[in-house]
Amino acid sequence: MQESVLDKLIEDLGPKLKNVFKKSPRRVYLNVEPDGLLDVARYILKMDGVRYAIATGIDTPAGFEVLHHFDFDKHNMIVSVRVLADRDNPILPSVATITKAAEWIEREMHDMLGINFEDHPDMRRLLLPEDWPDDVFPLRRGKPWEGKVPKKI
Amino acid sequence: MKSVIPIGPYHPLQEEPELFRLYVDGETVVDIDIEIGWNHRGIEKICESKSFDQVTFVIERICGICSTSHPIAYVQAVEDVGGVEVPERAKYIRTVIGELERIHSHLLWAGLAGHFLGYNTVFMWAWKYREPVLDIFEELTGNRNHYAMMKPGGVRRDLDESKFESVAKRLDELVPKLDLLAGAFLDDPVLHARLKGIGILTPEKALEYAALGPTVRASGIAKDIRRDHPHAAYDKIDWKVITLPEGDVFAKAIVRVLEMYESVKIIKQCLEKMPQGEIDAKIEEVPPGEGIGHYEAPRGETFHYVRSDGTNTPVRHKVRAPTFMNLPTAKATVVGGTIADATIILAAIDPCYCCTERMAMTFDYKSKRPIMTGMDLVKLSQEKTARLRKEMGV
Repeated sequence: MQESVLDKLIEDLGPKLKNVFKKSPRRVYLNVEPDGLLDVARYILKMDGVRYAIATGIDTPAGFEVLHHFDFDKHNMIVSVRVLADRDNPILPSVATITKAAEWIEREMHDMLGINFEDHPDMRRLLLPEDWPDDVFPLRRGKPWEGKVPKKI
Repeated sequence: MKSVIPIGPYHPLQEEPELFRLYVDGETVVDIDIEIGWNHRGIEKICESKSFDQVTFVIERICGICSTSHPIAYVQAVEDVGGVEVPERAKYIRTVIGELERIHSHLLWAGLAGHFLGYNTVFMWAWKYREPVLDIFEELTGNRNHYAMMKPGGVRRDLDESKFESVAKRLDELVPKLDLLAGAFLDDPVLHARLKGIGILTPEKALEYAALGPTVRASGIAKDIRRDHPHAAYDKIDWKVITLPEGDVFAKAIVRVLEMYESVKIIKQCLEKMPQGEIDAKIEEVPPGEGIGHYEAPRGETFHYVRSDGTNTPVRHKVRAPTFMNLPTAKATVVGGTIADATIILAAIDPCYCCTERMAMTFDYKSKRPIMTGMDLVKLSQEKTARLRKEMGV
């Protein structure tokens, strides 16, 4: 059931997808370029029973990774669309221009990671206070830890 | 003339800090602005410095009411990273704990809703009937709240089968009390007058804002993670998703009351069908990779994303609580209503701010704005009910 939906999605979006990673039948990760993000998001949100779940912003050595998670409620599947923002000039297209559900989380990522979302309808601070310094971002990382870390949980 | 009524940030509605700015024209609300961020504790960041096993204890403290729904979502995310299959018995135990929590959470909400409306009897009843549920928790898990039952790979403790019979009996005793509560909502003409037709969330708006849980189900859309994304033991149990088409505050209340009956049904079936065997898959290491877990908490879907780099701590742990998606729907529901109705409409999504905010900060609040306190607002709401009662001669 998940296969057929996914195959059609991959076929239709074809060139916009850089990489498709099927971790399991229920969890799929799509890598896209920033300029293709809105088209992919628009296509997915038009599908039957699809709901915008949330986005995760991560500070990685390669840049700021943003994963937009979509719940496929009719197909027991979560599709995450991954985009990478440049570290020095983090600008991404805003999914909030397509769905209201993304409005708050993009404001949160703007607060916490300093990612700017183009054409976001309301780019005020969500979580940080008004007098918070403009160049401090709580979830950005400093130097990576180089010591040993235990493996056993 | 338009004016602004700030509500909060201290002690409004549900005893948690948030600030609503109601833009009003006379008695009518024309716009609303929601400010959150008063209660951030940095939990997402703290989790990055704890081992995968310790994180379950941290996130259990995200919320005191739905304290097991976040751990269930989180452990499923960690299991998803490694592709771990959980033993059957552990799945059933997770279901029992999760559903017991739904009952006590919905009862708590019903009580608070009664209080906001000036029905303090409903408040006393609901909280009184919540007690036996907490007693069951204490017997089964050792704690009334923060049960610490979940762990990546299974559950931490086994349930004592000799107690199942008395638990099932007490759940049966709860049903007539739920009838009483349902009656209090369904038969009272004042509550009908007060709750019906206010704060309507249309199905279109519910989908647009991606509302979750009872909030979306009261708008006639049958979305439930337990059914749509089967996990734990939900696919092996006979139960149904409750929906009502109206979308108003009354529908949201009734959905919650009816869901408690379903929860009783689910728990009793789980106790009967509980298989024997292991309760823990004994995860030793988490491989590098990423995983997603979600669970239908009493207020809607909790969503957890975990990324591991092969060490014993997560690189990133994202938590999305249901209120984060439900709260913005206030823009669609409060606007157009009166100020006296705003309290109960805002309370109808069962907001949980400590879930929604997870980042620590110190705050220097300089500006001194005139503030209408939650107390004033609750009073306004209670006065409206009293007035209706008088007019209707009840």
